[in-house]
Amino acid sequence: MWPETDRVKTLALDVADWPGHRAGQHVDVRLTADDGYQAQRSYSIASAAGGPRVELTVERIDDGEVSPYLTEEAHTGDRFELRGPVGGYFVWDPDPHGGVLLVGGGSGVVPLMAMIRQRAANHDAVPTRLLYSARSWEDVIYRDELERSRNHGEGLEIVFTLTREQPPGWTGYSRRVDRELLSEVAPTELALTFLCGPTPFVEAVAESLVGLGHAPSRIKIERFGPTGG
Amino acid sequence: MEALRLDGNAAAGLLSEVFVGEMTTAVGTCDGCGSAEPVGAVHVYLGAGTVLRCPHCEAVVMKVVSDGERIWMDLRGLRTLELVP
Repeated sequence: MWPETDRVKTLALDVADWPGHRAGQHVDVRLTADDGYQAQRSYSIASAAGGPRVELTVERIDDGEVSPYLTEEAHTGDRFELRGPVGGYFVWDPDPHGGVLLVGGGSGVVPLMAMIRQRAANHDAVPTRLLYSARSWEDVIYRDELERSRNHGEGLEIVFTLTREQPPGWTGYSRRVDRELLSEVAPTELALTFLCGPTPFVEAVAESLVGLGHAPSRIKIERFGPTGG
Repeated sequence: MEALRLDGNAAAGLLSEVFVGEMTTAVGTCDGCGSAEPVGAVHVYLGAGTVLRCPHCEAVVMKVVSDGERIWMDLRGLRTLELVP
């Protein structure tokens, strides 16, 4: 396991008999206390498919039941109960003739990162643009890898917006993802959008996209809520 | 209530315990308004149970409660469900 930001860690799990997964799928992690109390949460798989290793990127929610354990208490060698891979709707399955827009808010970038990694592993040429909204540069998950992909990724564009705090000399966006920002980065000829983040974020973005002429059926959404963690 | 809204992806693990085949791409038709959507796109609210609502009219299409041993489902809001087993 390794830290991604102050609040976010990635855990690499070795799963016996892992059947493989598709980018965008998640797993349900169940923890059982000594007294039998169980808590279960869903976490997106961050890694591309292939091999027995499954990487989960987990944001610590301070009053959560599962994420503080996974990010603070878990150690190498611990065992977890998993269900999955789960999901077949929010998965990377691009039309090779159309572009893809990925929009992530906060840790909503995790399944989108799996898609970016899968796209690279497949040598997929489908034009892809990631719009990633984070509070600050320090809160950007996978920062170094995204910076590298940005410079070398064939047909991959990455646009950041930092909503609370920007580093000195920042020339990118520095506000919430609103309709005007989307009109600049989300051309309607993009065939498919994957949108993931907290519920208020994704609903505001989806509404703006539809207002700009994107077909609702071409916007795939994965929400996560405030009660998670 | 809107802040607590999730989507069918959040119910996928639970539904996989009941149904054969991938449920988030299964298409359900709402008995209230007749709209058809993939289960991945319906609205989901998690509480003591899991409630799935039509994203168009917000009618309840499915209620699922599990106590860890048994699963109880109310499907009266679902007119049809089409899936690949």
